[in-house]
Amino acid sequence: MSLEKPKPRVAVYICHCGKNIADVIDMDEITEYAKHIPNVALAKNYKFMCSNAGQDLIAEDLRSGKIDRVVVAACSPLMHEETYRRVLRENNFNEFFFEQANIREHASWVNLRDHKGAMEIAKDHVKMAVAKVSNDRPLIRQKVKVTQEALIVGAGITGMFAALDLANKYKVHLVERTPTIGGHMAQLDKTFPTMDCSACITTPKMVEVGRHPNIDLLTYSEIENVDLNVGNFDVQVRKKSRKINHLICTGCGACGEVCPITVPNEFDYNMGYRRAAYVPFPQAIPAQYTIDIDSCIECKLCVDACDVNAIDFNQEDEIIDLKVGSIIIATGNDIFDPSKLYRYGYQKYKNVLIAIEMERLLSSTGPTLGKVIRPSDHKTPRRIAFLQCVGSRDFHEDTHKYCSRVCCMYAMKQARQYKEKYPDSEVFIFYIDIRAFGKGYEEFYEIAAREYGINFIRGRIGDVFEKNDGSLIVRGNDSLLAEKYEIEVDMLILSTAIEARKDADVVGRFFGVQCSEDGMFMEAHPKLKPVDSLSMGVFIAGTCQAPRDIPDSVAQAKAAASSADNFMASGEVEIEPYYSMVQPEICSGCRSCIQLCPYDAISFDEITNTADINAIKCKGCGVCVASCPSNAIIQNHFTRNQILSEVRALKPWENYIIKN
Amino acid sequence: MVKNSDFEPYIVCFACNWCTYTGSDQAGVSRMQRPADVRIIRLMCSGRMEPRYAIEALKNGADGVIIGACHLGDCHYLEGNEKAVRRFSVFNKFIEEYGMNPKRFQFWHISASEGAEFTEHIKEYVSELKKIGPNSRKKIAAKEFKKLEEALIQ
Ligand SMILES: Cc1cc2nc3c(=O)[nH]c(=O)nc-3n(C[C@H](O)[C@H](O)[C@H](O)COP(=O)(O)OP(=O)(O)OC[C@H]3O[C@@H](n4cnc5c(N)ncnc54)[C@H](O)[C@@H]3O)c2cc1C
Ligand code: SF4
Ligand code: SF4
Ligand code: FES
Repeated sequence: MSLEKPKPRVAVYICHCGKNIADVIDMDEITEYAKHIPNVALAKNYKFMCSNAGQDLIAEDLRSGKIDRVVVAACSPLMHEETYRRVLRENNFNEFFFEQANIREHASWVNLRDHKGAMEIAKDHVKMAVAKVSNDRPLIRQKVKVTQEALIVGAGITGMFAALDLANKYKVHLVERTPTIGGHMAQLDKTFPTMDCSACITTPKMVEVGRHPNIDLLTYSEIENVDLNVGNFDVQVRKKSRKINHLICTGCGACGEVCPITVPNEFDYNMGYRRAAYVPFPQAIPAQYTIDIDSCIECKLCVDACDVNAIDFNQEDEIIDLKVGSIIIATGNDIFDPSKLYRYGYQKYKNVLIAIEMERLLSSTGPTLGKVIRPSDHKTPRRIAFLQCVGSRDFHEDTHKYCSRVCCMYAMKQARQYKEKYPDSEVFIFYIDIRAFGKGYEEFYEIAAREYGINFIRGRIGDVFEKNDGSLIVRGNDSLLAEKYEIEVDMLILSTAIEARKDADVVGRFFGVQCSEDGMFMEAHPKLKPVDSLSMGVFIAGTCQAPRDIPDSVAQAKAAASSADNFMASGEVEIEPYYSMVQPEICSGCRSCIQLCPYDAISFDEITNTADINAIKCKGCGVCVASCPSNAIIQNHFTRNQILSEVRALKPWENYIIKN
Repeated sequence: MVKNSDFEPYIVCFACNWCTYTGSDQAGVSRMQRPADVRIIRLMCSGRMEPRYAIEALKNGADGVIIGACHLGDCHYLEGNEKAVRRFSVFNKFIEEYGMNPKRFQFWHISASEGAEFTEHIKEYVSELKKIGPNSRKKIAAKEFKKLEEALIQ
């Protein structure tokens, strides 16, 4: 009797990907080549393997009984592995009898001109995939129950909308760092392109979030720790002490009135003041007060002033443990600090402002109650200028290459608001290009130029000088007229870039989310998975992923909410069965693997004197596999045999020897 | 002596799924061109990487072997890459003992968004390997393979 395993019968399908692969790699040559690789039963090529017709091709061959394993040589497995696995599944084959050879991202696209070189790589990648698939073993995906609660980090407009959508079905924990929700939008006065009042649309949503029975609002709180158990994330939140008991505080404001300490108000970008006992702005949610313990001198005048005895200086930070099934990160953006671009004079000249400060000046709830004044003499400026792309579309160090997408629009918005308030004033916008790309945006631009008489001058400002009276001279080159300009203005507003939060990398690390080159959170796929992260069950939305305006942020919030819903809805999630197993008959009982496992998945069985891995706890990193001195541990789908067979499929000497 | 003229290095890269593999995908999507010398083997984490795979590749005549791992602190499995760094800390010395140029082995940290860095590193590495010249194991590997083939035919 023969104990030999039946020989694998591998089918290789090579995808043209339209012309993406076929233009570089000769399809007939590689198909012929594939046919002669050991274990290959048939090889075919097709225009689009991922299309229905392409999938049918595989299904037919599977059903014919001629093949039992599949290799598709096409794009990256990160793109379509799931698509092809499904074909196997639907045709009653184990979905893990599949490997994808990456001949697009790793061959044709990086060697567009070197066709011969690309072919060599493609052949090698196909060979390796055949070797690996020949050693694949049937596996079953693990099913894990998903906790029916969600965590949202950041309560700007994005986080709030995501929370409201999800809260109809799930309990939502909304964690916000500052004492109030609302984010940047709460700081705006009006919003382009419709010019509706920002507060009128934000405040009702904030109230809704604050009152929603399914939303557990955790403001003034920080993420402390996260255990990334897919579907059952363990999250620790630090609720910072406010020294005021929010269950009792009525938000009457008596403490703020007696507090003798005034400090600049962050909410007004330090242009207004607040007390040490404060709410950031009158419509803040929650409406209860907070004592900023860093500026408080503990005079305790407020303790006596509070009629309901809500103030408690013994209150400590509280650590809250949550278990959630999915997570949405909506931590928004920071704003570029232009003081490092000395030539624009920010923080050197008093009358150079940044746009978000102007936003507060224009706001009827701002520090000047909507009156635009220049900081040097509190007079209303008659001539103002906006400078676009400050920190964006710049190749210098400390600036950003990307376009921040909202600055053209908000500058025009502010210019229009200013003109409405002071009709006989003059406004200049210095720009490189005006980018008005959204619905109704170009029309907004046209009205700004035509009806508001705003002067658009193409060409960045080169230098800014301050006159004795605080007015500013701006100089530059008008690139349309090809001549120099020198203009005197009362105030200059810098349209500063939107940039990643300073602590984005730290926050990303908690959730296993990577940052892109520009520092913002990276999506799993730029087109097909715009709100997914590479970390399963963790989604990203809003300006933490890339600069965008409110309509786009809300669209992403809703997309992320529906993705999170999708993820939790069935109550179960399937995870890759790449866990590792100890072969007890080989294990020598040395215990060296036990402390290496970062997830405490390995225990020691004192009776058999061997190690044992808990398949649910194991995340499949393979550290123990590589470290076991007895080679007793196997990692599913990445066995030693498989990896060695891939390496051995390569013949690094071949071409060289032939040539010499 | 083996001649160095028009020699194209043969590089095997063991890439972590979460960083270098994705980074290389990103390089592809952005059409960043690099020498056609790199074959990529996907692992779930650099912590899975064993010395024997690198030895096997070098023994068979690969001119360079790269491990592509996440940046320290960014490993998807917390600290797999740190363990890999430790595991491979003397690997260069080891292959040097065996008469190989220690530069034939590289440990890189390339994140998922660093397609450009990956491309640049490869360009530099290829020109470095061209200076070093081909791996002299190629001939032996070819001979051994021939013997094996003949044995199979008989
Ligand atoms: C000057 C200016 C004017 C603008 N005008 C307009 C306009 O008129 N129309 C328009 O459509 N768009 C406008 N925008 C763009 C708009 O502000 C953004 O699109 C929008 O605010 C993005 O919302 P968000 O919720 O994603 O981020 P944010 O508003 O930044 O909210 C993020 C929230 O997360 C919190 N947070 C951050 N990190 C953490 C953490 N680690 N833990 C807990 N919480 C955290 C923050 O405190 C904040 O509350 C303007 C932008 C600027 C700068
Ligand atoms: S390292 Fe290997 S031999 Fe040692 S206890 Fe773990 S499985 Fe057993
Ligand atoms: S593969 Fe990684 S997670 Fe799994 S048991 Fe081994 S060390 Fe732990
Ligand atoms: S996940 Fe990339 S090195 Fe561990």
